[in-house]
Amino acid sequence: MHRTFGVVVLLAVSNIIKRFPSPHTDGGTEALCDLSFTVASGEFVSLLGPSGCGKSTALRLIAGLLPPDSGAVTWPAGKPPIGFVFQDATLMPWADARANVRLPLDLQHIPRAEGNARAEAALARVGLAAFARAVPRELSGGMKMRVSIARALVTEPSLLLLDEPFAALDEPTRAALNDDLLRLWNEAPARRGQEKLTVIFVTHSVGESAYLSSRVLVMTRRPGRVAADIALPPGPRARLSPEFLEIERRIAAALPKAAA
Amino acid sequence: MKRLADIALPLIVLAAFLGFWEWKVAHDAIPAYVLPAPTAIAAALAENFSSLMASLATTLTVTILSFLAATAAALALAILFSESRMAERTFHPYAVVLQVTPVVAIAPLILLWIGYDRVTLAETLIAALVAFFPVLSNTTLGLRSADFNLVDLMRLYEASRLQILWRVRLPTALPYLLSGMKTAGGLSLIGTVVAEFVAGSGAATGLAWRIVEAGNRLEIATMFAALTLLALTGVAIFAALSLLEYLLLRRWHESAIRT
Repeated sequence: MHRTFGVVVLLAVSNIIKRFPSPHTDGGTEALCDLSFTVASGEFVSLLGPSGCGKSTALRLIAGLLPPDSGAVTWPAGKPPIGFVFQDATLMPWADARANVRLPLDLQHIPRAEGNARAEAALARVGLAAFARAVPRELSGGMKMRVSIARALVTEPSLLLLDEPFAALDEPTRAALNDDLLRLWNEAPARRGQEKLTVIFVTHSVGESAYLSSRVLVMTRRPGRVAADIALPPGPRARLSPEFLEIERRIAAALPKAAA
Repeated sequence: MKRLADIALPLIVLAAFLGFWEWKVAHDAIPAYVLPAPTAIAAALAENFSSLMASLATTLTVTILSFLAATAAALALAILFSESRMAERTFHPYAVVLQVTPVVAIAPLILLWIGYDRVTLAETLIAALVAFFPVLSNTTLGLRSADFNLVDLMRLYEASRLQILWRVRLPTALPYLLSGMKTAGGLSLIGTVVAEFVAGSGAATGLAWRIVEAGNRLEIATMFAALTLLALTGVAIFAALSLLEYLLLRRWHESAIRT
């Protein structure tokens, strides 16, 4: 399914090694060892792996929040604007939903009125138009995560990085947010003059990666490397259909066996 | 109904206590220079009302000035500490030394240095030293408690240190700051009383000095009247700071949400 023509490489992760200091081992814990992959513009890539395999570390390296010990993340067409969604909604509890979503615009000194209008539009895209003036305390876990996604999208980024964003949510909320995320990814080119949205999605859920992705990168246990690079047929996919279960089976087969 | 009980129950206890006190003094014929009856204290308060109010104003001025000075200095130092580990390593030991040294012991020195002609300034400095530390330690902790992911998000959007401080660290520290200020409010009153005791006679004419003076003259009822005003001042300061805390935090912070 990989097209060889017309593929624009957005970013390349090359031979990254990352260690963290640890009191238990000499030289620290090796989180990533020789991690390499490329992501093309417009892909929805899932980074799938067991807990502690370094997939979140990889995401932070791509975002530029962590420096690699060796290797590099390169951007052939320049580093694009990035949106980031954490596992927790990571909202400012003292600010209402609109002010939380407006934060990236405020940091760019965009006038308040324009910022408010754009923040309200972003909230409407995630179905929270009526909750612009609610503070996080007044919102459910799923709604807070929607606010967090709206904040990541308000700057119209070309690349969206999500670090296990739905791991703490209940199953129906998670399914609804999966569908929302797919819709936002699919409608991006129409909204923005054919410019596609690229998504890198960190998860430990086989089902979630199978449902969402155009491509799944399965990672090994720590230190993390790419164990399998699985391209998936274009969606949409019906959960529980035979084709979907076959995709899940292929991904699960590539996952490292659980430690005893 | 519950709110009514919150107010009524302590008042009933107070009335019963004052009633017993009044009865006991009359019944045992306790002399007024040992323990005056509540009615005698009220009479002393009424008799010396204008001069006691002037003393209250003096004490309140020093208390408020020292409280504001301590809060401002502690907030500034806490920001410095949270932005620079080096500054904290260098200066934190001195802050601790200042905290553990009994201020009563250095108060005479401060008065001597600043001079009895500038006694308000000296008293303000002494009281501010007493009130300073809880604001510093609470606010430093608060500034450090900012959500790491939120700070990372700010860095992702290339926020400056000043933007991170203003938009994330200071709001996170606000509940800690207010909690420190509540402690500091009471301490600045205590510090003012200590300073007035040490400053003694002369230019100082606050409530604490009135207590000393009335004691020397065996006007025990006036002493109690001044003491009552001091206690009420303490309650008023605490209530005002609690109200400020409630107004600033009620929408978002767990501590201010009424159950």
